[in-house]
Amino acid sequence: MIPQDLKYTDEHEWIRLNGEICEVGITHFAQEQLGDIVYVELPSVGSKLTRGQTFGVVESVKTVSDLYAPLTGEVVEVNPELLSEADEFKPELVNDDPFGQGWMVRLHLADPSELESLLDAAAYKKITEEAG
Amino acid sequence: MKAFEPTLFEKSRPGRRATMPPETDCPQVQPEEVLPVGMLRQAPPALPELSELDVLRHFTRLSQLNFSVDTHFYPLGSCTMKYNPRVNEKAATLPGFAAIHPLAPESTVQGALALMHSLQDCLAEVTGMDAISLQPSAGAHGEITALFMISRYFQDKGENRTRVLVPDSSHGTNPASAALAGFEVVTIPSNAEGGVDLEALRANLDSTVACLMLTNPSTLGLFETGIEEIARLVHEAGGLLYYDGANMNALMGLVRPGDMGFDLVHLNLHKTFSTPHGGGGPGAGPVGARGELVHYLPGPCVVQDGETFRTEVPRHSIGRVRTFWGNFLVLVRAYAYIRTHGSQGLQDVSQAAVLSANYMRVRLQERFDLPYQGTCMHEFVLSARNLKAERGIRATDVAKRLLDFGFHAPTVYFPLIVEEALMIEPTETESLETLDSFIEAMLTLAEEEPQTLHDAPHTRPVGRLDETQAARKPVLIWPE
Amino acid sequence: MSYLPHTRADQEHMLQAVGVSCQEDLFASIPPGLRLGRDLCLPPALAEHDLLEHLGQLAARNQVAGRSSFLGAGAYRHFVPSLVETVTSRSEFLTAYTPYQAEASQGTLQAIFEFQTMICRLTGMDVANASVYDGGTAATDAVLMALAQTRRSKVLVSRGVHPHARQILSTYLAAGGGVVEELPLREGRTEVPQVGSDVAAVVIQVPNFLGLVEDGPGLCQAARQAGALAIVAVNDPVSLAVLEAPGAYGADLVCGEAQPIGLPLSFGGPYVGFLAARKELLRRMPGRLVGLTADGQGRRGFCLTLQAREQHIRREKASSNICSNQGLCALAVTVNLALLGPEGLRRAALGSMSASAFARERLARVPGFSLAFSGPSFHEFVLRCPVPPEQILEGLAERGILGGHALGREYPELADSLLVCCTESTRRRDVEELALELEALVQAPVEVTR
Repeated sequence: MIPQDLKYTDEHEWIRLNGEICEVGITHFAQEQLGDIVYVELPSVGSKLTRGQTFGVVESVKTVSDLYAPLTGEVVEVNPELLSEADEFKPELVNDDPFGQGWMVRLHLADPSELESLLDAAAYKKITEEAG
Repeated sequence: MKAFEPTLFEKSRPGRRATMPPETDCPQVQPEEVLPVGMLRQAPPALPELSELDVLRHFTRLSQLNFSVDTHFYPLGSCTMKYNPRVNEKAATLPGFAAIHPLAPESTVQGALALMHSLQDCLAEVTGMDAISLQPSAGAHGEITALFMISRYFQDKGENRTRVLVPDSSHGTNPASAALAGFEVVTIPSNAEGGVDLEALRANLDSTVACLMLTNPSTLGLFETGIEEIARLVHEAGGLLYYDGANMNALMGLVRPGDMGFDLVHLNLHKTFSTPHGGGGPGAGPVGARGELVHYLPGPCVVQDGETFRTEVPRHSIGRVRTFWGNFLVLVRAYAYIRTHGSQGLQDVSQAAVLSANYMRVRLQERFDLPYQGTCMHEFVLSARNLKAERGIRATDVAKRLLDFGFHAPTVYFPLIVEEALMIEPTETESLETLDSFIEAMLTLAEEEPQTLHDAPHTRPVGRLDETQAARKPVLIWPE
Repeated sequence: MSYLPHTRADQEHMLQAVGVSCQEDLFASIPPGLRLGRDLCLPPALAEHDLLEHLGQLAARNQVAGRSSFLGAGAYRHFVPSLVETVTSRSEFLTAYTPYQAEASQGTLQAIFEFQTMICRLTGMDVANASVYDGGTAATDAVLMALAQTRRSKVLVSRGVHPHARQILSTYLAAGGGVVEELPLREGRTEVPQVGSDVAAVVIQVPNFLGLVEDGPGLCQAARQAGALAIVAVNDPVSLAVLEAPGAYGADLVCGEAQPIGLPLSFGGPYVGFLAARKELLRRMPGRLVGLTADGQGRRGFCLTLQAREQHIRREKASSNICSNQGLCALAVTVNLALLGPEGLRRAALGSMSASAFARERLARVPGFSLAFSGPSFHEFVLRCPVPPEQILEGLAERGILGGHALGREYPELADSLLVCCTESTRRRDVEELALELEALVQAPVEVTR
């Protein structure tokens, strides 16, 4: 459950690169640890994030976890299905399809050199094995 | 028993009436004659329309869906669900207490002020504090009150102390209160015996520490044996020691927080002093202080001038933390409780609470893990981790199955440092037969088919509820 | 006197099971130097009979606020049907714990759900919580929500908000959370202010502390145009039978004290604060919330919800430290409103307004007295007096009348004024008697002994 084509952080976030735009979500491991996700708080489009800064929270029935910006950049899009005011609010997407429909934000990357700090699938796998 | 009771709104019928307020004999005015047009109510509030018997039956049925101390044993750790004496209830309904206005001239409410003054004195004596404020409405309210006092105290001394230390076993309200009062929270780990890790404490003590918040006995039900050393270390670093009084039921008349070195305390009158929990409140969380700190208590407090009582704001008071004086009728009940017991009575209460807890501990540790060994105070914490490993039975399963046996669940999954925690506090008012039948139930369910426990409760009007759906799509009101 | 059930034989049995010889052995872990080693200095224990006598004596030294009370100022004496106490004194409500075990607490949970619903219907809001400590702390909770939501730091608070509520707010914000600026009153009402872009919230009270009905729509609009939240504190929810629901004129948050709709005066507590909001603010709501859901078999049930954000889990990151609600008080309010219904509430409101209008006109005719303000009021008004109001109150108290609240301490510009309140239980002859007493007091000022 750790796709090879993605990058990761030790905060259990994944990053999908697409030119200067990168998509961010939480991993299968993370959603499993959290349990049934009931709410996601995301930044608004246009917010500027600094790497390591908390940019939202993900809440399950039993716990709440902060989301940390994996990279510095500007939010260009947030997943509309994760906005609680939306009619089609579906927080379960984070549980059901964490690497796909459960994506959270798309960032316009400010500093491509930060990409080097991200983990590859093998390094992330090691982290989950130690944590699990 | 009926599975569910329709809401008041479903039962409502247009035009149905119950009790009506009196009609005034003053000339009637209409809202349109008096109120500005933009502020006139357009549609009346859609309150239900019912008969008096409808309402009585509705709430009687609802009440029958509840557990309560009067009907069931509640071994809830850190909650002290003791018997709520009825003479206290009777006292609280006396018109001379229940029907007096909080802003009446002080000369007309001398009895109320005298009662509050005496209660302040009693609580100061029980805790070893110099003065008490009766204002805070609950334990967490008392905590934040004390933290505001600490903040103001150091500000006045010109010391920039920004950090509050809390053990990892502390009540969740401790760090929440500290953060809300503007402090940075530092968690101190517990040692192998469940006490404060002194090395970690030393390492974190410096001139930025405002206070250490401590529960003693701890949430593990153990007396903090290193308390004298802890107090010395904190005070040497210029910090203060705060006593979370949730577990005071273990120590009345035996040891006082003030004598242990604590500078501030809060008490939970709805725990130690027997005022009813009311399904979540009201409670009362008076705060006590020693030395210079007494001048920072929230005001007004009640003081005595010869034969008369009046209210006065302490010299450096942090100000008000609530409207009026306090949860007065809760204070009346606690006062009645203290006057019923006297010194020996309160000491007997604590001794009996500790004996009952130890009796249950030794009987239950045969089958359940007891991660922190030794004589406990008024409560103890078991772990269902062995049941989980052996048979897949979790603390939740134990809790829910106990409901079928007619017992309220213990506190579960707290403290956080114990895996699959079951925190048990019998209190002093439960008979040996009740304790034995609870023990019997625990030993029985531990051997039952795991599926029976997973599916529990079987005998309640509802089974386990879908909390995920409740949180994803919250339905918090009945639609109009 | 004792509530301990253990016989000597029970004690022996338990001690033996534990493996100790006496109770004292259980306290061996306490350092001996810390032990109290003496009796507590407490008054002697009383048997039930003597306790009741003692408490009865204390209670007799208090003057009950009966028909001849004109004192309001945030605590109101409305009629409460007998059935309310019948329900709240039921063991299963009175002695129940917080409804964490939903399967054993459906009664408490459904009653709270009904309370939440009624508060929303009264205030015109989308969501309400299970109640907080009191009306004053509810206002502070609303402000804390606004500060967090807007990430701004300034709060504009009308001087018409209950002085205690303003004092609580100052205590809470002194720890560094924000800055309070007071909005002045003109002719007793709040002027619509210029709201800057650094303002998190504008807080008004309706009717305000001086009894006057504010320009709710104007004040809410001024707040919202500047991106601040409009907070309306309701004074005496009975007024909502005739005054527009704050939600209808633009409030983002509505708070207030529900004592007047179901609780006795109780010397100021326990009371019950309510807090209601637009649904966008739901996730910032402190305290408990009850939601409707179902069990595995599809049976309807209620449970506490959105609890993961609270202190048990979230500890120092929790948005609030509140860990209780005024459950039994909220129950009293729910039962009372169920009995009154829309018509009963309206009757209480009309009666209060009518009695107050009568008293206003009558007392202003007593020589030397006059009305301080001419603006619209609900059931309270400010009366200027020819002699110090404190002196009048003491004089009236000696005749068994609670004449109102002297305003000088909180409003120095009204040092000559009394705040006078009437409710539906005020009778014409009570007002006439007060008028005569005032006249007599002013003509022949009595020596007041302190």
